[in-house]
Amino acid sequence: MGDDASMRRFIGRDLVLGECPARACVELRGDPDDASFVRAVRTVTDLPLPLDPGRSAAGLLASILWLGPDRWLVCSDTQAGSDLAASLRAALAAIACAVVDVGAARIVYAVGGSNARAVLAKGCSLDLHERKFPLGHCAQTLLAKAPVLVHLSGAEPTFEIHVARSLRDYAWAWLRAAASEYAAEADDA
Amino acid sequence: MLRIACPWCGARDETEFGYGGEAHVALPADAAQLSDAAWAEYLFMRSNPKGRHRERWVHTHGCRRWFNVVRDTTTERIFAVYLAGSPPAQLPDEPA
Ligand SMILES: [Zn+2]
Repeated sequence: MGDDASMRRFIGRDLVLGECPARACVELRGDPDDASFVRAVRTVTDLPLPLDPGRSAAGLLASILWLGPDRWLVCSDTQAGSDLAASLRAALAAIACAVVDVGAARIVYAVGGSNARAVLAKGCSLDLHERKFPLGHCAQTLLAKAPVLVHLSGAEPTFEIHVARSLRDYAWAWLRAAASEYAAEADDA
Repeated sequence: MLRIACPWCGARDETEFGYGGEAHVALPADAAQLSDAAWAEYLFMRSNPKGRHRERWVHTHGCRRWFNVVRDTTTERIFAVYLAGSPPAQLPDEPA
């Protein structure tokens, strides 16, 4: 422990690793066949609820990632988690659902650059090729045995890896080790 | 390692899943009236076949959903994956 988020950065050849600033994350459960539920989520996020496995929706206010047939993660970089959860709860007050602010439980690492797929492939059995895992795709899986949520958020590509805060150091140590072969020429030895 | 096709997420490594034992073991309707022997029969006794087995799996590290699988316990071949709550899948009769 000890080092703050701004220190968690690694720049290698066609590869950037870094920790993202704290992000509002709210886990949402509800019935996707209930039109009033889908409509209420839309009024808060201005986004359609992604109904297909592995899909996400992104907008200016928030993004929504599919976690399961009745579970989503609503994220925002522009609102506090407590505010986001409060607006969802208000809009969903009359609807059977669950809204839980989970932002404090997780952190997000970004893995970007044309070597990003090669780094993640060392510890993740998902096929992250763009044909199988296109822009906007997300999946919960294991990365080096750690439960993660992987989201292709940028076409560069940039993969965002959500991981439990308790695994923050472990995940960073693994990413740094997996990235070491892409270190700048000077420390190739 | 098995590759198991989650009904929602598609084929994933076995390490993402948890095993839930034999499928379609229903709680007896008259559970409070059962004799100890009948209760033990429900609680502990399973068919444990050598061959095709209907069993429950959960996608713990994915969508966290429970579903059913027909697997051959000797060859590890998976014949079918189907939703929890649906009727027992027909067991395939061709040899493994
Ligand atoms: Zn799944």
